[in-house]
Amino acid sequence: MTRTFRMNEVQPRLLDETGQGIIGAPLVRPEGHLKVSGQATYAAEAKVENLAHGVLVRATITKGRVLRVDEAGVRDMPGVLAVHMTDERMIRNPAQGMMGESPVRDGKYIEYLGQPIGVVVADTFEQARDAAQRLKLEYSEEEAEVDPDNASETEWTDKEDYGDIDMAMDKAAHSVDEEYITAAHVAGAMEPHAAIAVWEGDKVTLHGSCQLVQFNVKELADALNIEEENVRILSPYIGGGFGSKLGISNEAVAAAIAAKDLGRPVRVVMSRQQVFDAVLRRTETTQRIRLAAEADGTLLGIEHRDRVSNLPNEGFSEPTNQATHFLYGGANRRYRQETARIHRNPSGSVRAPGEAVGMVALETAMDELAEASGVDPVELRLRNIPETHPETGLPYSARMLAECLKDGASSFGWDQRQSPRARREGDWFTGMGVASAARMNMLLPSEARVILTPTGAIVETDMTDIGTGTYAILGQIAGEMLGLPRELVEVRLGDSSFPKAAGSGGSFGAASSGSSVFLACKAIRDQIADKMGCGGDDLTLSNGLARCGNVEKKLEDLIDSDIVEVAQIKPGDTRKEAFSSGFGAHFAEVAVHAWTGEVRVKRMAGTFAAGRILNERTARSQCWGGMIWGIGTALTEAAEHDPRRGHIITRDFANYHMPAHLDVPQLDVKFLEERDDYANPIQAKGIGELGISGAGAAVTNAIYNACGVRIRKFPAHPDVVLEGLMAFD
Amino acid sequence: MDVTLSVNGETHKLDIEPRVTLLDALRDRLGLTGSKKGCDHGQCGACTVLVNGRRVNSCLSLAVMHEDDEITTIEGIGMPDDLARLQQDFVECDGYQCGYCTPGQIVSATAAIEEAKLGWPSYVSPSLADMGELTDEEIAERMSGNLCRCSAYPGIRQAIARAAEAEDKA
Repeated sequence: MTRTFRMNEVQPRLLDETGQGIIGAPLVRPEGHLKVSGQATYAAEAKVENLAHGVLVRATITKGRVLRVDEAGVRDMPGVLAVHMTDERMIRNPAQGMMGESPVRDGKYIEYLGQPIGVVVADTFEQARDAAQRLKLEYSEEEAEVDPDNASETEWTDKEDYGDIDMAMDKAAHSVDEEYITAAHVAGAMEPHAAIAVWEGDKVTLHGSCQLVQFNVKELADALNIEEENVRILSPYIGGGFGSKLGISNEAVAAAIAAKDLGRPVRVVMSRQQVFDAVLRRTETTQRIRLAAEADGTLLGIEHRDRVSNLPNEGFSEPTNQATHFLYGGANRRYRQETARIHRNPSGSVRAPGEAVGMVALETAMDELAEASGVDPVELRLRNIPETHPETGLPYSARMLAECLKDGASSFGWDQRQSPRARREGDWFTGMGVASAARMNMLLPSEARVILTPTGAIVETDMTDIGTGTYAILGQIAGEMLGLPRELVEVRLGDSSFPKAAGSGGSFGAASSGSSVFLACKAIRDQIADKMGCGGDDLTLSNGLARCGNVEKKLEDLIDSDIVEVAQIKPGDTRKEAFSSGFGAHFAEVAVHAWTGEVRVKRMAGTFAAGRILNERTARSQCWGGMIWGIGTALTEAAEHDPRRGHIITRDFANYHMPAHLDVPQLDVKFLEERDDYANPIQAKGIGELGISGAGAAVTNAIYNACGVRIRKFPAHPDVVLEGLMAFD
Repeated sequence: MDVTLSVNGETHKLDIEPRVTLLDALRDRLGLTGSKKGCDHGQCGACTVLVNGRRVNSCLSLAVMHEDDEITTIEGIGMPDDLARLQQDFVECDGYQCGYCTPGQIVSATAAIEEAKLGWPSYVSPSLADMGELTDEEIAERMSGNLCRCSAYPGIRQAIARAAEAEDKA
């Protein structure tokens, strides 16, 4: 029986009372030995007999219909087993996160260049690749709009007003009114999308690379027109996700279709270029921000407008203004979002959808306001922290933004910051920048099973670990609650036959799935307390010993058979009582080359508060990752689209520049002690996206402080910086 | 065509097409899936193996070219129950997240440490005649052919520095 708990009221901080002492500890990952020896098995590496290999066929037009497929031209090539083209079950693009149903399907109709429209299967990968590339297709081509700036079809996807921003701008002592442009981004997970489909009768098992297993089961079943019960997904290791593996993707559907037809397991792995072609990108944005402030920098109002793009019939629009709603005060606020419908590859969630690019604009605008008002950028942010949510009036559940800004400023040496262009050593200008970090926190339904055996414990949930540390933290929560060293807790993940978890996405995974494990363990504790003859509050569990008052027993003596508990967490009333978000502050020091515009990040530091930190080591890694993505957003990353045909032309890692080792210095990350009682029963908040939120702006604000060039077009490639530098001559 | 590959001290006879890369031969024919395919274009480094002690992107090399070579993959560096010092340091320093680029980072770093020991200079070395200390920046430059999208770079370099220092003392 599943115990369901709704987060309707603040819960006692039980994890501060328990006796094992491992919660929060920087323990190494339990699966580490497998990863460092290459023995963790990712989707394409599942050991399956008699495997055939499929390679996706990509459309070479932007929009139109497949008229004819020259199957005969490749059928006789060596090793070719099957050609599956124009199958109506083939999905147009990967599902958006948490859709739970198939994305748009047609099979013949093409809506972006590079759309996977079929699969060729052969005995070997080389044979399948050869045949897929040689397959001739005829199309009827249609005109397609691919430019978001001039799209004829747009729709308002967000319109909100509070007070009167025009009036506020009129009476402002200082104001900012600027446009900011951010490039499209890709997730770029190192493991390309991969799937192996194995059928037994009407049932398919998919070895996949899936972030949200329970939703992916529904999506795959819907795409294949089969019942959900007949789909099992296994995703124990995932080579990075960052949003790109939230929804079921083309390779999984193609593998399943081909394997069923062939009566033989089929593997389909996207090439890196296909990942760029077809997997959901982060939209490019054009944002306009207006800030109205009094003489001392206090905000009277904010306007945040943005234009994003997506394919027709995709329900996702980048929530660009997500953090703008609650980060700073000001009674007059306006939001407008316009989504252009164009035939570039579709956009979707990429790490911190919304904040990752929205905060870059907002935090640059705040730096511009600091300059305009003559108020120090850290001080300006401190002055504009609202008492309550400026739109809903709700209190904040736990917010240490001010503490993060002050702590970061002090340890970074912010007081050494000089005026723009004041520090120059040889050909290099040096400067510092700051930005706030904020990422709203969510709790989603999540379920887990915990089994206490006489010698240890097992956790089972279809939750995933995309590198975030789920194996580590769920073992720590169970170990802490049950009084066991983490080595005695086995965590099993990523199998759809296990209880359904929230999955990995939106920074909700750790706190949601962690709460379900906590609740199942709490129920087990109650059973142990019963056996000990005391109340749950009087029970202490540590290192395999149960203690109540003067009575102490070994767990192995106390229980003669396994204790099994299944628990589910659901969000409840606390989210209506307080607004929950992680907060932080980024500081960066950069050097800018006076003659080339090259920017090097010399130092970067982040101070964060995200409720209870479940494992300090894996949490730090999350923040490192986020901050480095911020460096990429600021300096290097741009998915450039062909202006005529819409596809990404920077479609490999030599042309899409993710930060490499030498782009990144050692980073300082610090966590402030916090508990968020309104968030969930373990008082933790998401951290996977907090580190990227605002990070890029700290870098580009440092560019301004270094050389006086204001970056409003991201990334700040050398040509962008150089153009600004030339204005000084 | 027939080719004999010597991998981690074992010889394997294979009958493969000339177009099969060393990486696909290792992963698909020999079942050595520790070497990863991240880009198949020599741009990410996840497939790094050692060929006669030198680091090579195995996706950019055809298997049939390696008849007389000694190939070392991550499986030859250390398996879960017998990890090399550098692998242990990766675990200790959280020099990974998802783990997909990790074998390539470790194989690459194994060779990078050797290259530094031989005094090979790099782009960031103070002089071509004397590379000086194996600083964080030196490690960063020498490892820049290995991408990590999780961006575990700080931990990866801390692990490499620890292993290099331990080797120095040994």
